[in-house]
Amino acid sequence: MSVAAHREVASGGLWSRISLGQKQLIWAWGFLAVPLLFYIVIRFWPTFQAFYLSVTDWTITRPASYVGLENYQRLYADPLFWQVFRNTFLYLILGTPISLLISFVVAYYLDRVRFMHSFIRALYFLPFLTTAAAMAWVWRWFYQPVPIGVINDVLSSFGIPQQPFLRSTSQALPAVLAPAVWAGLGFQIIIFLAGIRAIPVTYYEAARIDGLSEGAILRKITIPLLKPTLVFLVVFSSIGFLRIFDQVYNINTNDPGGPLNATKPLVLMIYQTAFSSYEMGYAAAQTVVLFLILLVISLVQLRLMRDR
Amino acid sequence: MERVRPGRIIAWTLLFIGGVIMVTPLLFMLSTSLKDASQVYDLRVIPAAPTLDNYIEILSDGRFTRWLINSMIVAIIVTLSNVFFDSLVGYTLAKFRFRGRYIVFIAILSTLMIPTEMLVLPWYLMASQFGWIDSYWGIMFPGMMTAFGTFLMKQFFESVPDDFLEAARIDGLNEFTIWWKIAMPLVTPALSALAIFTFLGNWTAFFWPLIVTTSAELYTLPVGLSSFAVEQSIQWEKIMTGASIATLPTLIIFLFLQRYIVRGVMLAGLKG
Amino acid sequence: MRFRYLLASVALSFATLATSGAKAVEIEYWQYVFDTRVKAMNQLIAKFQEANPDIKVKQTTFPYADYQTKVAAAILAGQGPDVVQLFYGWTDNFIAGKMIRPLRAEAFPSADIERDFFPIVSAMKRGNEYYGLPTAVRSLALFYNKKALKDAGLDPNNPPKTIDELVAAAEKTTKRDGSGNIISAGMTLDMGGQDHQWWREVLIRQFGGEPYTDSDTKVAYNSEAGLKALTFYTDLQKKHKVGQAGFMDEGQAAFRAGLAAMTIDGTFRLGSFGTIKAFEWGVTELPANAQGVRSNYASYFANAITTRADGEKLAAAEKFLKYVSSPEAMKVWMEVVGELPARRTAALTPENIAHPIYGPFLKGLEYAHTTLFKDEAAQRQVAIDMANRVLIGNEDPKTSLVKAAEAEQAILDRAKR
Repeated sequence: MSVAAHREVASGGLWSRISLGQKQLIWAWGFLAVPLLFYIVIRFWPTFQAFYLSVTDWTITRPASYVGLENYQRLYADPLFWQVFRNTFLYLILGTPISLLISFVVAYYLDRVRFMHSFIRALYFLPFLTTAAAMAWVWRWFYQPVPIGVINDVLSSFGIPQQPFLRSTSQALPAVLAPAVWAGLGFQIIIFLAGIRAIPVTYYEAARIDGLSEGAILRKITIPLLKPTLVFLVVFSSIGFLRIFDQVYNINTNDPGGPLNATKPLVLMIYQTAFSSYEMGYAAAQTVVLFLILLVISLVQLRLMRDR
Repeated sequence: MERVRPGRIIAWTLLFIGGVIMVTPLLFMLSTSLKDASQVYDLRVIPAAPTLDNYIEILSDGRFTRWLINSMIVAIIVTLSNVFFDSLVGYTLAKFRFRGRYIVFIAILSTLMIPTEMLVLPWYLMASQFGWIDSYWGIMFPGMMTAFGTFLMKQFFESVPDDFLEAARIDGLNEFTIWWKIAMPLVTPALSALAIFTFLGNWTAFFWPLIVTTSAELYTLPVGLSSFAVEQSIQWEKIMTGASIATLPTLIIFLFLQRYIVRGVMLAGLKG
Repeated sequence: MRFRYLLASVALSFATLATSGAKAVEIEYWQYVFDTRVKAMNQLIAKFQEANPDIKVKQTTFPYADYQTKVAAAILAGQGPDVVQLFYGWTDNFIAGKMIRPLRAEAFPSADIERDFFPIVSAMKRGNEYYGLPTAVRSLALFYNKKALKDAGLDPNNPPKTIDELVAAAEKTTKRDGSGNIISAGMTLDMGGQDHQWWREVLIRQFGGEPYTDSDTKVAYNSEAGLKALTFYTDLQKKHKVGQAGFMDEGQAAFRAGLAAMTIDGTFRLGSFGTIKAFEWGVTELPANAQGVRSNYASYFANAITTRADGEKLAAAEKFLKYVSSPEAMKVWMEVVGELPARRTAALTPENIAHPIYGPFLKGLEYAHTTLFKDEAAQRQVAIDMANRVLIGNEDPKTSLVKAAEAEQAILDRAKR
């Protein structure tokens, strides 16, 4: 609409009289008008609202009234929150290094493979295209005890005792994490491949002339030059693991986040507080905490990566 | 002929085995979907007596088709909107010089820091006030533009030479036409990357559609599958069929567009 | 002028058409998706509309998962049903959320309800007012796989009658592989299924206790009886090793696959088990204790009128509710869905009592209890966690029981505020 308006001005002769710079200004804000409205209404306003809701006792059926920091105090005193907090960080500190290590190793060797390169790459990439909600059910089935659980069947055919996986407080979290790592690998491998490819060949040639070993080349050239890629992947995958939900929710629908809350991440707690207990204010306080965690983690990571 | 070193062969073999392990869950999913209830507990990958009965039964009740269409509609519209608006904003921020440009850029970028989970409750409130609960618009509205896409497109538009645009200006084209006809074709790889990401993200989205939809007619595929799986009370062959139906479309698209998709991911990684 | 006149008369005739069309009141009915329930309701609606041509009923259904949230969201958004189906355990939530309204005593006199329905209908009563009425009720029974009993050398027509016999039969029917893993369970353990009801309303009572006092607002199972009940339950896995929580993911899945000889489940499972072709199964009353004490847990989905219905819609909704709670509707419901009629006279017919499948469930109704849940999902979670602490956390049953009692009391107290 703004474009049409400008045209009318132009035909009136006014448009030809204003300077090029002013025209540019009008065009620019014309282009930005709708998007800015969107960002204000759908992003900024809800952000402030979330902070506001977190200091109210809003439930789905009762209007919000101000309660100060009560929700935060309740959260601080809630043992479930601390358990969930711990779980959320476990997803992060297990998930990020493991997935980055595997994907780097695969990408490093895949880069040198020419025979059936794109086929093998496709094998690793396919899981990235799957739906987490669907795959959680596949993995849920894999983790079953004998006689139907695929993994336990393989284990017992090798004489290894069957493992409880999802029915264990210590194994359940890694078991839920595995599909998340699995699904993300393909993406990370491709990004690493792109990063490795972007390193100029001349660097390697110079290093070989200097007689550096393969290991030294990896340490002194490849890894340092991959830093931008690494920063990108660390920040992105960390945010992903801190926000894990789909897998957890679907892998144990009878006791989501169970057993004994051993797999419950913060986002699931938020979902349950809001949409099963209807305590919207309390849930809003949890989302603010999630926001702070994400913010701090991202800033710390960016900082660490820059210093090194 | 270059001599093939044994180290290479070992590396290749290990990579290949790893790749096969990666697709094992998908193979089991597909193979179980082709078994009937009595064969489910026979864990052979190739079904003894493959049957399409599960697919026929599930697809004939119409719900999955409906969810498939819903997911399609949502993902396509949101993708188109992102391709249009993200690149429009990215272009404006990259190619126009005006006061407030930097503030707008930082403001949009700052929304990347806000997790959607935090916005879900206000969105839900908004959706219920405006009657958007249980509508396509309700599912779509939060994602119509993204800061990530805007940022990506800005990076790409910055590498478009100003001379091109200047020449068009001298020819008397207006700014909208310059963007749409001159600048956009120069960043098609970036646009396809953006489109692929937005489409995939919306195709697999679960959290928000789970919250904002109430009736089964409006479910997207992941939400529909989740409720379907619960309802099937653990009949694995049915659940695996549902999971296959939810997964196959993207896998098939990938087979045809593999080169573009991989290139798109690489580009996004380099510029993002 | 003439044109305007013409326009006005056209508009007028449209208006008349519209009002005469609108004479049929349309009300909306919501329930969750379950094939047979939807079918039964469609039949009932057709019959109801035939008898009341001025009322149209539109049925909307959606999956059980998150049903409660969806109803709340819709009513909050000003949409939603006029008549809604709800689990009796959600009644408090629905009242607190101003989602449903009390039944008007003129239309539904309390005395009539109490005379005609099974006593468990009192769970819909708050103060002197009823908030809804069920069409059908459900109770628990022991399902047993006749083939598994026979293969283990037991009489397939003489299932366990006491809990000791239950354990003995489970031990005989359990199959294990070389490493001791269960490959076919004697008895299913699934607290997330119906076992928490069995534990709460049946086992605790059979061991001489009571689950709650003060109309289910005070936890009372933190007692000798509660401990015995929990120990009995967890011993099925830990001591007797006749079952395993999580085996085949869910108890009912294990039974249907023929990999569990016995399971406790409700009437609502009849349809799903009815499709089993691989073996024959039977139903018997929940086992008694050594003294012959029996108990059962009954529950139901009730139909209630929402706060959204008013004026002529309210009148139509009342008519509809009356119809779906009538003996005629109950008969249809039982034939199509397989659930037991909520009115005594409709339920306790001689042929029903003698029925091999309905019989045991109906007998259970006579001594059944109904838990007045404040938050069914949360209270079920307490039971799941209690069992898990013992089964996978290797915690002492007593400690676990204390924790469960505390957690559940906190839920009950929070609901009271």
